[in-house]
Amino acid sequence: MITLTINDKTIHTQVGRSILEVARDNAIWIPTLCYHEALKPYGGCRLCLVELETPRGSRVVSSCTFPAEDGMVVHTNTKTIQQSRQIVAQLLLARAGHVPFIRELAASVGVNDTPYTLPQDTCVLCARCVRACQEIVGMSAISIANRGSDRVVVPPFKISSADCIECTTCVLVCPTDAITLDDITDSSRTVHEWQSEYARGACRLCEYTLNGN
Amino acid sequence: MKKLDTPQELDAWRESCKNELDHDRLRLRVCDGTGCRALGSQHVLTALRQAVNGNNVEIMTTGCPGFCEQGPLVTVDPQQIAYQQVTTKHVHKIISDTLGKGEVISELLYVDPSNGQPVTTESELPYYKSQMRRVTDLNGQIDPHQIEHYIAHKGYMALSKALYDMSPDGIIEEVIRSQLRGRGGAGFPTGVKWKFCRQSPGDEKYVICNADEGNPGAFTDRSLLEANPHRIIEGMIIGARGIGATEGFIYIRSEYPLAIENLNIALNQAREHGLLGKNILGSGFDFNIQLRLGAGAFVCGEETALMASIEGKPGEPRPRPPFPAQEGLWGKPSNINNVKSWASIPSIIANGAEWFAGVGTEKSKGTAMFSMVGKINNPGVVEVPIGISLRELIFDAGGGIPDGKSFKAVQFGGPLGGCIPAQYLDTPIDYESLTDLGATMGSGGLVVADESTCMVDLARYFMNFTQEESCGQCIPCRWGTKVMLDILTRICNGQGEKGDIETLEQLANTVKTASLCGLGQAAPNPVLSSLRHFRDEYEAHVYDKRCPSKVCWK
Ligand SMILES: Cc1cc2nc3c(=O)[nH]c(=O)nc-3n(C[C@H](O)[C@H](O)[C@H](O)COP(=O)(O)O)c2cc1C
Repeated sequence: MITLTINDKTIHTQVGRSILEVARDNAIWIPTLCYHEALKPYGGCRLCLVELETPRGSRVVSSCTFPAEDGMVVHTNTKTIQQSRQIVAQLLLARAGHVPFIRELAASVGVNDTPYTLPQDTCVLCARCVRACQEIVGMSAISIANRGSDRVVVPPFKISSADCIECTTCVLVCPTDAITLDDITDSSRTVHEWQSEYARGACRLCEYTLNGN
Repeated sequence: MKKLDTPQELDAWRESCKNELDHDRLRLRVCDGTGCRALGSQHVLTALRQAVNGNNVEIMTTGCPGFCEQGPLVTVDPQQIAYQQVTTKHVHKIISDTLGKGEVISELLYVDPSNGQPVTTESELPYYKSQMRRVTDLNGQIDPHQIEHYIAHKGYMALSKALYDMSPDGIIEEVIRSQLRGRGGAGFPTGVKWKFCRQSPGDEKYVICNADEGNPGAFTDRSLLEANPHRIIEGMIIGARGIGATEGFIYIRSEYPLAIENLNIALNQAREHGLLGKNILGSGFDFNIQLRLGAGAFVCGEETALMASIEGKPGEPRPRPPFPAQEGLWGKPSNINNVKSWASIPSIIANGAEWFAGVGTEKSKGTAMFSMVGKINNPGVVEVPIGISLRELIFDAGGGIPDGKSFKAVQFGGPLGGCIPAQYLDTPIDYESLTDLGATMGSGGLVVADESTCMVDLARYFMNFTQEESCGQCIPCRWGTKVMLDILTRICNGQGEKGDIETLEQLANTVKTASLCGLGQAAPNPVLSSLRHFRDEYEAHVYDKRCPSKVCWK
């Protein structure tokens, strides 16, 4: 067992858990976007940042990736944290302000509009889909291409991937509905984001087909 | 050649190498580094080889001694007559006058701009006189393709001492006591890092040399890699022995073909002679080194991204902890150091920690290498004691500012560093004082700005670089740097608006605190430091629609 404090609340917990997990168990709210219980922590969205008090001064870390340690002093809502969350939320609004989920997320940290302008897209690059495909399904039918603000989620060479087993896990974990399965009753389905058509078949994991037979 | 089995065999070989190298010999040393090659040294070399054909003159190709501005460099031994800017048309005169009659060709000498006097010998050149060359002492003095030259200059003596006279813990203690700090950027104590890795549980450990050197304007690592690769290799073997690693990697950017060639030759020579591989020098210690080539991403210089890249994954950093010493390459404890850090090791082991720590400041010991470019008379690579002033570095070693212009600022640490204005010229250069000024030691790259440089434009230039090189994994760096660049571009185009400076500043502070890795955390530094020291230039652009240096929207 270890003992730490989060926002001055003393918490006992076992080793090997992240600060985020410990906080959530204790009903301490920390906003997240790229985090998903079923996936390895990624540390990409930076919404879950918290501030640690250390002998060498304060330190800002992502709570989803940082292990809770004995004697740790954590603050989840300092001025620095609030400001950085708000700026991240403003950047998200600039990218995907048309997505209800993003607007709600931004509102939860007190942000309702943005001073910034970015090319709009429903995909916010949280990489949940890519990670799910790799970590849960074990296929890597999609991945991230390009770097920086040119990043995109695509199947290899932007064409239908033979590795896709049509399990739709990516659709399930996508927080912004950037990946949608259209026309489910048709004999082919279109993943709009990737402009590619898949002949509908059974999921090779569970053999479930989308129209139920 | 038979593999060396004992330290005595190495010593005996050293004696014969020394005799071979005979210092009184008539010899032409021709710099064959990247800088001199770009200026035509290979033509000079071919012409020299043809011209001396059959005569009793040795031609030695060397790596870069650092005086790049004056290349191609040809030095005549044993007198050490230093010729600069040599072209093929000078070749016959060098042979007939200098080699033949012992006459010095004055038109090929460097003229000291401070007094107009020509300088005859290498050691009298002001460029070298203002330096303290400990890591670079053999740059330009030996042929990097000849292990015999390195051996003759005490090469691998420190390794033999580390293997036979010191325990692994003793090696680490020596490096800790030397107070060597990492030369790749953050300045973390090297010995302490080694100790973490040594203490980390596991039989399989790795050591890595970071030779990615992606900073625009930085080329200190390249000069060492090209001119004296054995010193880096020796440092890595000693480190591996201390840490208990069996395998090493040198991650080098593929834009350095000559360095890669020289490293490969050196690695093969070390293996052939039993200095690398199984049972090194008969000590029972096994260690090998492999090269890995980078593919042109700046972020791959960041240690966790670099290790991902070696593993064949996309070059993206990951949050720490776990630190490389806990879980590094393929999840095994790993220790990564910069080229200059590794190259500092052999002399620390050979001469002792006290010798190393004999120069420097209280918290930053030893010498440091800097590459200087931009508005400076002597662009090139220098090595100076840590703690000399910026003024000494830029005006003595660097030769000052060209065309009678005045010094404005120096960008220290490249795109992740900051600018330092003229009023701080007398600041001693060490890790702490640079950080206090909003700059960083970085990897030792300096870009010098004169009165005609616009600091806003310079900040925009670096922001453009980091924005392009951001891997895009985390939001602050992916989009924050993009918005920052948009604002800077607007300001530089004369379209800055009221509030832009404040927005830029706020965004910069958040990108710095919130980003995942060192790239995002340091990318705002050029903006923040220029806002700190040159805010009036930003204001002139935004409010008066005027670029004080007349660079923007001419
Ligand atoms: C974006 C980025 C680029 C970097 N590039 C380099 C590099 O090219 N060479 C280097 O030695 N260190 C580089 N570093 C620092 C490394 O992450 C690491 O700290 C260093 O290699 C450790 O070596 P040292 O302790 O000997 O300094 C970079 C860091 C960042 C954040």
